[in-house]
Amino acid sequence: MIPLIHSPLSACLTLLAAWGLLGLAGLLRPRSLRLAGRTLFPLGALCGVALALVALLALFSPVEQRTLLLGLPDLPMHMRLDPLASVFLFLLGIVSAGISVFAAGYFRRGPGTPPGLLCLQYHLFLASMGLVLLADDAYTFMVAWEVMALSSYFLVTTQHALAEIRRAGFIYLLIAHLGATCVLLSFGVMQGGSWQFTFDAMRAAHLTAPWASAAFLLALAGFGAKAGLAPLHVWLPEAHPAAPSPVSALMSGVMLKTAVYGMLRVSFDLLGHPQWWWGLVPLALGLFTALFGAVFAAVQTDMKRLLAWSSIENLGIIFGALGLALVFRESGMLALASLALIALLYHSLNHACIKSLLFLGTGAVLHSTGERSLGRLGGLIHRMPWVAWLTLIGALALSGLPPLNGFISEWLLLQAFLFAHEVPRPFVNMLLPLGAALLALAAALAAYVMVKFFGVTFLGQPREAALARARDAGILERIGLVWLALACLALALLPTQIITALRPVLMELGGVAVSGTSPWWLLAPVPGRQVSYAPLVFLLVIVMTVLVTALAMRLFYHHRTRLARAWDCGFGALTARMQDTAEGFGQPIRHIFSSFFMMTRELPSPFDRSPHYRVVVHDRIWQTLYLPLTSVVQRATDSVAWLQRGRIAAYLLYSFVTLVVLLALML
Amino acid sequence: MAGVPIDLQLLNLCAALLLLLSFAMLAQRRIVNLVNLLALQGALLLCATLLLAWRTGQAHLYVSALLTLALKVLFLPWLLHRLIRRLQVYWDSEPLLNIPVTMLAGLAVVVFAFGLAQPISALGSTATRNSIGIALAVVLLSFITMITRRKAMSQVVGFLSMENGLFFGAMSATYGMPMVVEFGVALDVLVAVLVLGVFFFQIREQFDSLDLQHLEKLREEAAAAGGGGNTSGGDN
Repeated sequence: MIPLIHSPLSACLTLLAAWGLLGLAGLLRPRSLRLAGRTLFPLGALCGVALALVALLALFSPVEQRTLLLGLPDLPMHMRLDPLASVFLFLLGIVSAGISVFAAGYFRRGPGTPPGLLCLQYHLFLASMGLVLLADDAYTFMVAWEVMALSSYFLVTTQHALAEIRRAGFIYLLIAHLGATCVLLSFGVMQGGSWQFTFDAMRAAHLTAPWASAAFLLALAGFGAKAGLAPLHVWLPEAHPAAPSPVSALMSGVMLKTAVYGMLRVSFDLLGHPQWWWGLVPLALGLFTALFGAVFAAVQTDMKRLLAWSSIENLGIIFGALGLALVFRESGMLALASLALIALLYHSLNHACIKSLLFLGTGAVLHSTGERSLGRLGGLIHRMPWVAWLTLIGALALSGLPPLNGFISEWLLLQAFLFAHEVPRPFVNMLLPLGAALLALAAALAAYVMVKFFGVTFLGQPREAALARARDAGILERIGLVWLALACLALALLPTQIITALRPVLMELGGVAVSGTSPWWLLAPVPGRQVSYAPLVFLLVIVMTVLVTALAMRLFYHHRTRLARAWDCGFGALTARMQDTAEGFGQPIRHIFSSFFMMTRELPSPFDRSPHYRVVVHDRIWQTLYLPLTSVVQRATDSVAWLQRGRIAAYLLYSFVTLVVLLALML
Repeated sequence: MAGVPIDLQLLNLCAALLLLLSFAMLAQRRIVNLVNLLALQGALLLCATLLLAWRTGQAHLYVSALLTLALKVLFLPWLLHRLIRRLQVYWDSEPLLNIPVTMLAGLAVVVFAFGLAQPISALGSTATRNSIGIALAVVLLSFITMITRRKAMSQVVGFLSMENGLFFGAMSATYGMPMVVEFGVALDVLVAVLVLGVFFFQIREQFDSLDLQHLEKLREEAAAAGGGGNTSGGDN
């Protein structure tokens, strides 16, 4: 064991192998919930913690490369552990640890994939994500990338008896393969005629401008499909509600970040000779996706679908930051490029922790109530206080409210946008500050979404009688939630330390170190500018205000109490059904942004004795892009369908003709 | 032909007879006869292998001759005869194309095969290189046999005869394939025939006949299911 872990890279590989072995161990007794749930998943969580520690160590170690003896003949697997990979490995380790502990208590008996098999798929998924981050040649990368897609596909279709879930899985698989094809083609372009598929060869390759642009755009399409960038986002709102909650958490929290990693790797590391306009493409796409995702999240009535749309929004923000960093780098403004990069990495970490926390919270609610629709929930804060309060941390953080962590990354990105007018290009410098406005709009909408998500689920009165039987999450699930909430708090309160720790990544990606001389409690990211943020001071002020208010209440309160029903405003005849619903809460957004949606509504007539109101919101992209595409494909296949006669003689004739033609070509 | 040694002449005779047998199979409408012709083809193949083994002194050719004897001359014809008895199919129905047209197509195929084999033969170094064209012709003729038949049984015979042609081609081009490959192919053929035998019973149970026309019904159902799957994409 000792020689296996003499360096961070070997330690990482050992831990990934350990994940694989844990997964295989699940096959020993595939039906045993005790083995998989109580032993293997917690052990997997330990591996995750260890991986995070090793990655933290590797962040400050020199870059390490190694060629493994595994792989195809003449195609050995190359591994490389550099600061960029370390950051994402750290993210994988930290987040997966919390999710694994939660999953240990989550999976129950029932229909669908047996727990042992689930354990194999889950740990294979984790290991493949780690391998994606460590890969140093296109071959290893693609193998890991596809294993990741396939294992997550099987996890999504755990309840494969339902046709709806099989369909969601199919859409996911389709887009995943489309993306993988683009990534593969991008690597094919990047090898630049050397036919060496190691990343080192790609760094050394000299591409002409059009080919380099083609590689960049292909990579953007490929990684964008995985990240849920519009218009390839359609799989996300389908796959997340279909998957079990820990799997949704893992996919949204970690897997989407591998797409960010891939895009960073390609655009900042592998591709030389950048063009100035490259950054504008992910910037525009990302900001559009962010707004699109936020607007759609606001009108959802399914908890997990809402969170999936919110993931689309956040990945849009991250890709916007990536585009901005590219624009700054091409203009030679390295300090601002670094600022955008920090915002990007910070937001990736934030979103991983927050979104996993929220998905796990919905999982706990789903388990104890059996309900995913917001219209049938409510008042759960009394029944499930642990889940409610921990979810509140996540909801506040995702809304971008100080002093929590979501604020920091969005603030950093806004700062970067506000300096964008200094880019020395006409029109670009005029249009870029508009990005700040879009970003602010998306962030505000995200807060709106979170108010709706938390308020409708946990506050008010229970809308269904069955909710009275809801019970709080079990101990393992609580540990998982607390772990992720603590990670959010650490990210919220220690921004200066974390940004300092990210310095090696910036150096590697060609930036400059920022935040050099400020005191430890004050975040002042741009040297020489008067912008700063002190989270601890902020927290202290909030705590003091609350304390003072509470004390003042105690002191000056008259102590005459009157008991009444909550939330009925003294009216007395209100029922729980009269509360503001998710639909009602989203109505203003549906009205303002009506051009985004395609709505089908059934309104009751005034004389209807049993009025029935129904509204379905569709994504326009289905109508404008996917359905025309499917009809084209359908027509093309119909036009060759006559080939399929169903006659064996005809099929044999096809083979015969093919054979004869091929032989004749040889002649 | 005076300068050609007698064993080589015999080999060429074997090759010519193989081709003739292929044509006979193409014209044959009785399934029992078809199987007998297949057995005869196997026997000729055995003769050719033995002659070649004796001429070149390669030990592995003896082994493959033994394999041919056991599998193609004895076991498979016996198995097919047994199947025919149990399934009560002695006759093929009318072939898809009438016999004269099929024979004409066969002629064209033979000309094509010979033309194709000429450059290959020129490159070859074996004594039997002139038989490559015949081997190729046997393969293609067996293919036509399969195409023009209706009954599943004749298709299997065509398939086996095609394998014979491939085997003969490998033998004449390079004195036989490596032993491993040969064993593998023999095993494949055996398994394929056994599996097909099982299929026959299934097909007959389902349709009360071995006529492959009944399988065409399956297509409509598949098309209907596919159409249903395709239109469901847009409701979200």
